[in-house]
Amino acid sequence: MNLQRQPTALRSLGVNARAFSRDFIGYLVLILLLGGMGWIEIVQPGDLSLPKLTGGLLTLDMLTRVGLFTIVLVGLNLLMGYAGQVSLGQAAFYGMGAFFSAILTTRAAALGIPASLSQAWWWAWLVMFAGMLLTGACAYLIGVPILRLRGHYLAMATLGMGVVVYVLLKENLAVPQLNLTGGFDGVHSIPRLRIGDFVIWPVTRYFVLVWFFTFLVIALGLNIVNSRYGRVLRAIHASQSAAESVGVAVHKSKAQIFALSAALASLAGSLYAHFQAAVIPATFGFGESLELVIMSSVGGLASIWGAPFGAFAVLLLKELLRTQLRVVFPGVKGEFEAIAFGVLLIVIMISMPEGLTTGMLKAYRRWRAARVLKQEIAESLEPLGMK
Amino acid sequence: MLRVENVSTFYGEIRALNLVSLTVAPGEIVTLIGANGAGKTTLLNTICGMLKARHGAIYFEDKPISDLGPEAIVGLGVSHVPERRQVFATMSVLDNLLLGAYQRRDPQIGQDIAQAFELFPILKQRQKQAAGTLSGGEQQMLAIARGLMSRPKLLMLDEPSVGLAPLLVCEILEIVADLRRRGTTILLIEQNARAALKVADRGYVLENGHIVLSGTAQELTADEGVQKAYLGKGNRLQLARCRADVERYVCLDDPAVNSCALCPNRNGGNS
Repeated sequence: MNLQRQPTALRSLGVNARAFSRDFIGYLVLILLLGGMGWIEIVQPGDLSLPKLTGGLLTLDMLTRVGLFTIVLVGLNLLMGYAGQVSLGQAAFYGMGAFFSAILTTRAAALGIPASLSQAWWWAWLVMFAGMLLTGACAYLIGVPILRLRGHYLAMATLGMGVVVYVLLKENLAVPQLNLTGGFDGVHSIPRLRIGDFVIWPVTRYFVLVWFFTFLVIALGLNIVNSRYGRVLRAIHASQSAAESVGVAVHKSKAQIFALSAALASLAGSLYAHFQAAVIPATFGFGESLELVIMSSVGGLASIWGAPFGAFAVLLLKELLRTQLRVVFPGVKGEFEAIAFGVLLIVIMISMPEGLTTGMLKAYRRWRAARVLKQEIAESLEPLGMK
Repeated sequence: MLRVENVSTFYGEIRALNLVSLTVAPGEIVTLIGANGAGKTTLLNTICGMLKARHGAIYFEDKPISDLGPEAIVGLGVSHVPERRQVFATMSVLDNLLLGAYQRRDPQIGQDIAQAFELFPILKQRQKQAAGTLSGGEQQMLAIARGLMSRPKLLMLDEPSVGLAPLLVCEILEIVADLRRRGTTILLIEQNARAALKVADRGYVLENGHIVLSGTAQELTADEGVQKAYLGKGNRLQLARCRADVERYVCLDDPAVNSCALCPNRNGGNS
């Protein structure tokens, strides 16, 4: 994969200038928001805290989850929004990362890994990156045959892959005597991450760690989108046969982006395992894959910045419905959350089919254009003495 | 430069090409004419590697290319401007051109883009616009410009005149002739035989997957069969009046236009 930018001669044509200023605003907004919320929670000025301010709606725990999902979604957006390849099995890679970390940090002794290795502080980090590589390689091998399919067929194939991985996790990878994945109950007592003797816990520290990774991944995503390789992804989306005719190795490029998105999901999965300290297969089933696709579309498929906002919007919405629906409509039962969630999703997709980020940006431009027009009309009428 | 030897290509069990052979020498414009469904596009797609020939061999500069993938064939210097233009509709004109240079890693890409803008000034005006918003003729120009961005030795054009206004057809064909003057060899596929034979040096006539006739452009133009089938000089075809003052056969707006065989813009087959 080649992430090199265009030759300098092209930059003088202003290829990336606009993209850069937009990304700068994105970074600024996200850093200010997160920094502000993190600061309130860590410093707690005047005895204020995030849950207090928002009535228990926003917690650092929830924002950490947003970060984890953002990492997965950046990969998913590159795959679905830019390259146009649907994946309904992304949670499988998320789960592979989570279980890889969980198993190799808790069951190292049973697997015959010497304690001098598995007790070292860097072992968990090594496992995390090995998991990324392994999941990426796995996805590449799966991707070569299934990415030849298009549209619904690809969706079905990825769906099938997700189910296979879920069942493998639930059934102890088909070798019950080792009890690696812990079956339905999953793996517990996963150790916290450490750097030397510095344990990255409580959640305030973990929040910073996760968002450090998230920003790295966002930067990677933006870099890809604005690179030669990003152009290839969009070209494959626009017309596969035309991409072939200009000499793009279409199948290889698709498998590459599939592998990258899987590796990112695996990273998020590992971080999730050390965050929750326990993982169960049920977290990584079809429901989760679907939720990832929902987050991705709500945020905006073809936009890296859609990832954090999509994850945030969906998690916030669910939390809101969970806590507030009963207050507004006394007597409703649990099922109604799902109904209300569905209705809200439909409203979002109808009013902003390109997702929240692009949708709001467009709404703002329309509003500004309307205001300018209104003023021009008023000015043109003024000399006539009309209002 | 390009040698196609006894190539047969199948779609499933249907034989689309039957023992087709042709050659293109360096610096030539060779045209392949034939009606709808004759196999012209199939042949082009087979040469550029998107379809695999079941029998036969294809050589480019004496290297066998029949077993290579499309990306490798582009790398050797064969550029394909696909049928119905196939620009990347959602991407900008500039991005389309940059994608044309996908396999190149040299600092002259910027110069080549400037050159493309010189050749097609309209593209410069529209460089930031999404390619899908261009008119048909502009899209065709973009597709050709994109094909040139890989600095091909051989440029294969698949029906560049389809759906274009007569004057635009002339413009495109003039550009084709101009490209040859700059040293690019061209394989031109056309239904529009009259227009194609005007710029080509040699031609092949493809019918039902067979090459039925080949020769210099003059020979083909003079051939009675070709005249009847593709140039519409037989009695069974209605001749439409073509205005002489606007050069190169712009058909008058008249009901006969649909069956006007003289009009280079005609889309119909050979009946």
